[in-house]
Amino acid sequence: MGVALTRSAQWTAAGHGAKTLEVTPLNEAIVKEIIMFVESFIYKYPQEANYVFVEPLEWKTNLDPSAFGSGYAVSGTTVKSEEVDKNGEPLLYLSVPQIKIRSFGQLSRMLYIAKNMKLKEAQACIEANRNPVAKILGLDYNIINEKNGSSLVSSILDKITKDNDSENEIKMKIALQLKQLDLHLLNHSLKHISLEIRLNPGTVKNDIELLKQFSGKGEQTVLESIEYTSDYEFSNGCRAPPWRQIKGEICYVLVKPHDAETLCVTCSKEGVFLNGGKTDDEGQINYERKGEIYKDLVTLLKEKSAIFSENMSKQEIKFSEQPQKDQPNEAPKEEVAITHKTSITSRKSTQEKNRINLGRSQLTKRLEPSLNWRTSVSSKESRNTLRDTQVEKHGGRLEKSRSSLSPGRAQLIRKSVEKIEEIVSDSSSESEEDEEQPDHRQEANADLPSEYWQIQKLVKYLKGGNQTATVIALCSMKDFNLAQETCQLAIRDVGGLEVLINLLETDEVKCKIGSLKILKEISHNPQIRRNIVDLGGLPVMVNILDSPHKSLKCLAAETIANVAKFRRARRVVRRHGGITKLVALLDCGKHSAEPAQSSLYETRDVEVARCGALALWSCSKSYANKEAIRKAGGIPLLARLLKTSHENMLIPVVGTLQECASEENYRAAIKAERIIENLVKNLNSENEQLQEHCAMAIYQCAEDEETRDLVRLHGGLKPLASLLNNTDNKERLAAVTGAIWKCSISKENVTKFREYKAIETLVGLLTDQPEEVLVNVVGALGECCQEHENRVIIRKCGGIQPLVNLLVGINQALLVNVTKAVGACAREPESMMIIDHLDGVRLLWSLLKNPHPDVKASAAWALCPCIQNAKDAGEMVRSFVGGLELVVNLLKSDNKEVLASVCAVITNIAKDQENLAVITDHGVVPLLSKLANTNNDKLRRHLAETISRCCMWGRNRVAFGEHKAVAPLVRYLKSNDTNVHRATAQALYQLSEDADNCITMHENGAVKLLLDMVGSPDEELQEAAAGCISNIRRLALAIEKARYS
Amino acid sequence: MNRKKLQKLTDSLTKNCKHFSKFEVKCLINLFYNLVGEVTERQGVIIGLDRNAFRNILHMTFGMTDDMIMDRVFRGFDKDNDGCISVIEWVYGLSVFLRGTLEEKMKYCFEVFDLNGDSFISKEEMFHMLKNSLLKQPSEEDPDEGIKDLVEITLKKMDHDHDGKLSFADYEQAVREETLLLEAFGPCLPDPKSQKEFEAQVFKDPNEFSEV
Repeated sequence: MGVALTRSAQWTAAGHGAKTLEVTPLNEAIVKEIIMFVESFIYKYPQEANYVFVEPLEWKTNLDPSAFGSGYAVSGTTVKSEEVDKNGEPLLYLSVPQIKIRSFGQLSRMLYIAKNMKLKEAQACIEANRNPVAKILGLDYNIINEKNGSSLVSSILDKITKDNDSENEIKMKIALQLKQLDLHLLNHSLKHISLEIRLNPGTVKNDIELLKQFSGKGEQTVLESIEYTSDYEFSNGCRAPPWRQIKGEICYVLVKPHDAETLCVTCSKEGVFLNGGKTDDEGQINYERKGEIYKDLVTLLKEKSAIFSENMSKQEIKFSEQPQKDQPNEAPKEEVAITHKTSITSRKSTQEKNRINLGRSQLTKRLEPSLNWRTSVSSKESRNTLRDTQVEKHGGRLEKSRSSLSPGRAQLIRKSVEKIEEIVSDSSSESEEDEEQPDHRQEANADLPSEYWQIQKLVKYLKGGNQTATVIALCSMKDFNLAQETCQLAIRDVGGLEVLINLLETDEVKCKIGSLKILKEISHNPQIRRNIVDLGGLPVMVNILDSPHKSLKCLAAETIANVAKFRRARRVVRRHGGITKLVALLDCGKHSAEPAQSSLYETRDVEVARCGALALWSCSKSYANKEAIRKAGGIPLLARLLKTSHENMLIPVVGTLQECASEENYRAAIKAERIIENLVKNLNSENEQLQEHCAMAIYQCAEDEETRDLVRLHGGLKPLASLLNNTDNKERLAAVTGAIWKCSISKENVTKFREYKAIETLVGLLTDQPEEVLVNVVGALGECCQEHENRVIIRKCGGIQPLVNLLVGINQALLVNVTKAVGACAREPESMMIIDHLDGVRLLWSLLKNPHPDVKASAAWALCPCIQNAKDAGEMVRSFVGGLELVVNLLKSDNKEVLASVCAVITNIAKDQENLAVITDHGVVPLLSKLANTNNDKLRRHLAETISRCCMWGRNRVAFGEHKAVAPLVRYLKSNDTNVHRATAQALYQLSEDADNCITMHENGAVKLLLDMVGSPDEELQEAAAGCISNIRRLALAIEKARYS
Repeated sequence: MNRKKLQKLTDSLTKNCKHFSKFEVKCLINLFYNLVGEVTERQGVIIGLDRNAFRNILHMTFGMTDDMIMDRVFRGFDKDNDGCISVIEWVYGLSVFLRGTLEEKMKYCFEVFDLNGDSFISKEEMFHMLKNSLLKQPSEEDPDEGIKDLVEITLKKMDHDHDGKLSFADYEQAVREETLLLEAFGPCLPDPKSQKEFEAQVFKDPNEFSEV
């Protein structure tokens, strides 16, 4: 009983206090069964009926105390049974509305008294006592319920033998009875569920359409009319309003049979029933259920109308021949639709499905399928080859399901082909889902290329073949175009990757080789790479690197090179010790004494090293791997390989070096291993890729001054310069220009480049090049412009215009370089004229608004020489609307470089008195004062210069003192930078014009520091320091004088 | 066998067999006589390994399992077809078996695979050799179907002149394209591991080595 109640009964969703039983036919049936059990209990088991429950069953009843008659003591709102237990407590106690009952006898009687309210009372009782068994027999009996049959009996027997008193014996009997009831209920509910055909909008619609065809006036028709109450059909096929759809209602139909009044019928998922009918006025429907629920419309109508029933059977004969003719062409079409439908239904909970199956199997015994059925289905079988096997396989079940239909439905269905099909599909819905799947897949994949199927077959042989078959399959698979994505993915999709990786773990060298040859090819595909890593392919391949067979090592390394194109893969390689093993592969030539082995599995040592380098190249894109390569001693080995002359070898080697050269310690090692020499040598190679990687490596390494010199000493500048002339290969051009840029940081190199006419060529590259190239070209020009001669060259070959044009770009790196180059050019008054003419200053100024601090700072630095060298600079600066305010506001930046550069700009702006006045108005003094507390020498220097310049206006000197800028400035004198000293001394000299500032300086010990400065070889510093001291001294004298006078 | 004769045999074999050093030839001859056992030499009685003894060696030492292939390997060694491998056949055979060049091995393997010796590997022969190469799958109605398919795949891969059978030229071309196909129809050469073990075991005696 417990099990049935918890599993079968349909409880409403939890959440609203106590759960209640849903009003469904199934629940009703269960409750009815329980009532029957309880009612008959008193007659069948009179002894047990007197057994007193451990706990009373208690619920809220609707019974009126007055209903209780003899055997009960009724007083007002309470009722007590005269039957009492050992302690004299009544077995039934009602105190409106609570009722407590403590024996089956009383329960039976109560139900008898309840009469037509039985159902409600029983339901209320069940709802209030969710675990009746525990209450009746005590908790330990409840546990039994969870056990299965055999152990139950034994445990009960156990208990009986243990405590051999009569009460326990009764308890046992009741327990068994309840258990039986439970089983009975479960079985019953199964039957019920199996009988319950869940209707869906489609079937309902079909039924109604069908009936419509056979309705109308006249004797032969089954109905006078049948029509929907609503013409509107929702997209889900329902016609009921949405709030009713929630209750599973599909539509409402008005049916007029020949021999009865119009029936208003609700079709719901649970079945078909009569509702309250149309309320006359507004055409509203009374949705309340008024009658029994029927399986379907036909059953209901048969029940309600005799003529319908009669005519239906007549129609049956008439139409029974028709399907025979129609079927052939209709069947396949239906098939598709139905399989689709069934797949939907079959997704419903499996539990439900199982119950349906069980229910059906029970029913088979009782219901015999009619002959008619057999013929129609078998004829169908013979026609439909596709389904043949399935139908055969599940023939047994098919019969069961057929028989599960109510006769009424079956009769109607017999007339219609569609219906037959539907039933067939119904039967297959539960069991065939699995078998359906591959079918579906085939259908869905019907447009796949033939390669797919061939590869699938080969993978099958890979899986199920011995070594020989595997090798054949592998060789054949290799013949497919493995560069093509279709084939790559096909191998994966048919489970080939797993097999291929598995093969790597075998001892079969040939299989491993064959498998790696395929993996090597398909791992060019990024998806496959990931799949290989996911399937744990990398550790296996890393292990193969230890193999004694060189060709295996090679293939494994090459495959790793392909797979390790993404970070996770590189990490896996490292974690499994792959880097060390790959580095070991580089160590070729040592074993050159090795005898020439049989050719099958062997290749040259050089090849092994090449593959190792290839894999390392891929791996070296991760920082940790670079470190691992270095630690494994890879650099000397790479250096040695660099001395060879095989391009195939050199490219991965240089590639690895170039990748690794981003690390400082690599650059040192590269220098130490004399790698630069070979890099330079290979710049002269014929191979563009090799040239590119060499130039790239030089680019990375030439951050270091010594390396730059080495490049020059080994004659690397000339090939670099000459490579500039070939602009077709943009990657190489970018690498070459990059190398030139970095190399031209050294002055000697720039001189060489000028010799090679590289500067002119670079200017020519300022247009129509991709940004990667432009960044480097402009960077190189920026370096070259540091020399006067080169600036002249650039101006003369018209380089300024394209440079200024590049100021409008958005690439951050490019802007930094361009501003630098333009700023360098602006040092030439002649060039400055051109820049001014091209409105370059305005462009630079607007770059101060660029979000990147690097660009801001670089633009500001570039503005300094512009302002210095522009004719009528003050006027020019003033002409930029809002320009001065913008500059002053940049003093609020957090970036030291920006601040220093802006200070430098302000120093230059402040040379113009009028502009100085404007920036003073914009509050430059407090902003500068706020910056005073800094340790950055560059900023200190420019800040001090700005302060000294700004002192020239109005009462700014006093203002700096008020904003506490003086004391920090004094501390600048303790810096180690002479430039800072000079600028600071000048600033202090300016500030010392104000008496208060002098006092502050004196208080902060400026005098002693300044006295040291006076001894400096720097004349400006000497002068400023002396001037400042004299100002302080003069003030002191004046004070003394004042004191004594 | 007396010492002088042995010396002569060793010398002539060393001369004719490029893959082995004199020492190695000596070792192999020793091994041969060890395997044959102490049989007194008589006129007219051929001393040698019979089919079973040889197959036993192939199985135990080189891990071969396929009866048919082992049989064919025996025939490959037994050049004079007398059902018995003489010491000369033994050394020559092993020279290809262990150290042969690709060309030699191709020739040897083709002979092994050409079951009826008609210089072609026919479909039937392939089928015969691949018969046991696939695990029987219970789901399949005809287990031979897979084998037939495999034969077709092999033909497609190797039969370059499309005459439905493999000539030596076909085979050679296919093997040169893909060395893995050397033993396309079954392992008839030692696998590298057992080969290494065998050589290490046979050619190890350091005393003998110093003599050479």
